[in-house]
Formats: sequence, structure tokens, C-alpha cells
Amino acid sequence: MYLLEINPLVSPAIGLVFWNTVAFALLFFILRKFAWKPILNAIHERETGIENALSKAEKMKAEMKALANENEQLLQKAREERAVLIKEAKEQSDRMIADAKDKAKAEYDRIVSDAQTAINQQKNAALTDVKNLVGTLVIEVSEKILRRELSNKAEQENYIKQLAEEVKLN
Amino acid sequence: MVSRSMKSLLVLAFSLISLLFSNNTFAIGTADSTNSHHKAEKFDVAKTILDHIRDDYSWHLWGHTSIPLPVILYSDKGLEVFSSAKLMDEHHSPIIYQGNYSYKNIEGKIKVVNADGTVNAELNSKVWDFSFTKNVASLFISVFILLAVFLTVGAAYKKRGVSSAPKGLQSFMEPVVLFIRDEVAKPNIGHKYNTYLPFILTIFFLILINNLLGLVPFFPGGANLSGNIAFTMTLAVFVFIVVNIKGNKSYWGHIFWMPGMHWGMKLFLAPIELVGVFTKPISLTIRLFANMTAGHILVLSLICLIFIFENIFTSIVAVPFAAFIGLIECLVAFIQAFIFAMLSSMYIGMAIEEHHHHGDNEPHYNESDEN
Repeated sequence: MYLLEINPLVSPAIGLVFWNTVAFALLFFILRKFAWKPILNAIHERETGIENALSKAEKMKAEMKALANENEQLLQKAREERAVLIKEAKEQSDRMIADAKDKAKAEYDRIVSDAQTAINQQKNAALTDVKNLVGTLVIEVSEKILRRELSNKAEQENYIKQLAEEVKLN
Repeated sequence: MVSRSMKSLLVLAFSLISLLFSNNTFAIGTADSTNSHHKAEKFDVAKTILDHIRDDYSWHLWGHTSIPLPVILYSDKGLEVFSSAKLMDEHHSPIIYQGNYSYKNIEGKIKVVNADGTVNAELNSKVWDFSFTKNVASLFISVFILLAVFLTVGAAYKKRGVSSAPKGLQSFMEPVVLFIRDEVAKPNIGHKYNTYLPFILTIFFLILINNLLGLVPFFPGGANLSGNIAFTMTLAVFVFIVVNIKGNKSYWGHIFWMPGMHWGMKLFLAPIELVGVFTKPISLTIRLFANMTAGHILVLSLICLIFIFENIFTSIVAVPFAAFIGLIECLVAFIQAFIFAMLSSMYIGMAIEEHHHHGDNEPHYNESDEN
């Protein structure tokens, strides 16, 4: 019984259908132009903006990492170079010292040998002089002996002694 | 657990009290009807509830105060507009108004009547009722609210730009709009969702605001617009038109000549699919109408219990129950708006979806453009 009374509920009224069509069409076109478009565009724009910002940040991060890597590499290289330089410098200085030592030794050897040569020469010269002197002295003594011998035998011998004493090999 | 046991306790108490009071009142009622006839006419629950959920020519505010709304009638004698106040006497009972024909409000509808007060069915069919009724007024109030809200929000986006965070009403609405876009339109419509998004959004918010306004028991709420079949039918027809105009070759192919089937099966499926074209909007119409109307009837029935039992103490049970149902109705208001939008976008998605290979009958409406 009540079901029959509810019946007008399920029969759509033409008036409401008409006004609803008008109202919905109006609402749809106004909202689409002045609300949904700006809202959705703005949201979309913001989303792409955020996305771009994020990807940019990611890129920057990668770049920073690459840069840090590069720095590290440069540093490493510099370190290696420094080590090489130090090594080279040390080698050079060692070499220089060794060279100097060698040179000094050679000079010393040369000086010593020169000195020896000179000493030898002088010794030889001196010996020659001594020999010459001895020869001369011998000749002189022999001459004097020979002269005295002729007069006195004892005196002769004395004289030889005296002469012999006189001869001093300085 | 506590709330559940509380609920069962409440149900028990409610059943006991109703049992108790029903015996009493029936006893009193029978006693009254047999002994005295001058008691006020018996309270008619069905009529009261129907009066509350159906459309009306005036907007009842309180007591004997109501706003008369314009009645617009179109007949073979032309258009006529008059106030609905002319259909009522000072006691709010319907009287005959002499316009182009004699009109009388009979059970919430304007009918052409003969001199003796009976309905003239022949003349009645000539009159088209385009009255600006309570539901129409409610519809325009909701349209006004939606325009006010979303034009403000739209202007805020234009003014504040995209670089600044949303503020106020804007930040309140943005998650809802985003929800409709990301959870309703995008997964169901597919990559062309942007074209249909304004339509889905308009439908969703129009239904939502009217569902919520319908829950407010006093002006400017109180009209049961989203529980009116004309309203839900109009929206469903809009969806039907969009779906069938935008339906592509593959959509019609799947209706009339299902690919990947034996020809006999194709012949068998064609009428079924064709019926399906029409059942979709019909189901949309009835789902929303029935849900909202049922909720209203439920709340009104609970309140009517007080008047049925004619005992003030019934309100101890009835009012909390009505409040509880009211809370559920708030949820239903959102759910039904969501479901209507969801199914609309699903139907649109099925109509515009591209089938890349024949024989593939799997639905593709979950494919979305991930960009």
C-alpha cells in the first residue's frame, strides 16, 4: 500500500529535469572556464615545477659528486707529482753530493800526485845536486889529498881525516 | 569491542522499549478510537515522511512559515507564472487556483481539476510543469555555493601563482580535487583524463554539496535534491550522452560485434551489450536516488517513532539513533558522490579506451599515463 504511495517519488518531474539541465550546463561551463582550468593547470604546473626542481637537484648532486671526484683525482695527482718531485730532488742532490765528492777526491788525488811528482822531481834534483856536489867535493878532496900526499904521509892522513870531518852531507 | 557491545546493548534496549511502547500505544489508540472520535486524526507516518522527502512548491521553514516559490506552467494556452502561495489558504491546505485552467496541489503535484475537485486527466496531460520548486531552488543555491567556492579558489590560483603554497579555501579544496584527479579520473579514464576531468569534478562536487545540503534539516538545506530521481536521472543522462558521443569504434565494436568470439556468440552478446548501454545510466540514477532517499527515510522514521509512540521518552532512543544514522549519512554523502564520479569515469574510460590488438577482452581501464 505504501509502495504505491511512494510511486510519485520514482517518476522524474519534467520541471526539475529542465532546471537541472540548465543549472548543470551553466555550472559546468562556468566552472570549467574559471575554476577547473586554472586550478588544474596550476596544480599541473606546480607538479612539473617540483619534478623539474627535483631532477635538477639530482643532476646538481651528480655534478657535485663528479666535481668532488675530479678534485680528489687532482689532489691525488698532485700528491703523486710532489712525491716524484721530492724523489727527483733527493736523487739530484744525492747525485750532486756524490759528484762533488768524486770531484773532490779526484782533485785531491790529482794534488797528491802532483805533489808527489814535484817532491820526486825535487828529490831527484836534490839528489843530482848532491851527487854533483859529492863528485865535486870528491874531486876537490882528491885533488887536495893528491897534493898533500906528495909532501907528508902522516900529515896526509891527518889531513884526509880533517877533510873528511869537514865534509858534512847537509 | 567496547563500541560494538555498546551498540548491541543499544539495539537491545531499543527493541525492548519499542515492544513495550507499541503494546501501550496500540491499547490507548484502540481505546481512543472506540471511545471518542474527537481526537486529532491519526498520525500518518508514510505521509509525513513522503512530505519531507518529496519536492514542494514552497519552502517550508518552520511552523506555518514558508517561502512561496514561483509556479511556472506551460500549456496550450501559453506560459503562466504565479506564486505558489495562491495554491494554499491561510491554514496551508490546498485550494483551487484559477489560472488558464483550474489548478490544485494534489499530493505535491499541481493538477488540473474539474469544478467538483476531481482531477481532469485529459487537460492535465496538456500542462507542462516547469515550476521553480523547492528542489530547483536548492539546486540553484548549491550551484551558487559551488560557483562562490570554486571561482574563489580558481582566482586564488591565478593570483597566487604556482610558486606559493595554497592557502585557506584553496588548500582545503586542492586535496579533494587532486583525489578526484589521481584516484578517480586518472586510473579509470586513462591518459585522456584531462579532457573529462572538469566534467567529473563538476558532477562530483554538485552531488556532494547536494548530499550534504540534504542532511541539513533546515533552510538552506532540507531539500532532498540528490534523493530525487529527476536530479540523478539528469546527471546520469549527461554521463550517458558523454559516453556514447565519445565512444570510439572499439567501444561500439565491443557492443555489436564482440571481437574474438564465435559469430553465434557475437549474435547472442549484441542485445545483452546493447541493454548494458542503457543499464549503466539507469544504475547510476537509481543508486544515488535510492541511497539518499533511504538515508532520509531512515532518519525521518527514527524521529517519527516519537510521534508514533506519543511518548517523549522515546526520544531517548530515537534521537541518538537518528544522530548515529546522520553520521553514517555524512559518510554516505561522500561515498555516493565518489561512486557516481568513479563509475562515470569508468564508463567514459571504457568508451574511449584504445584496443591495440583484437581478441584481447581484458579491460584496460586501469592503464594510466604515468607521466
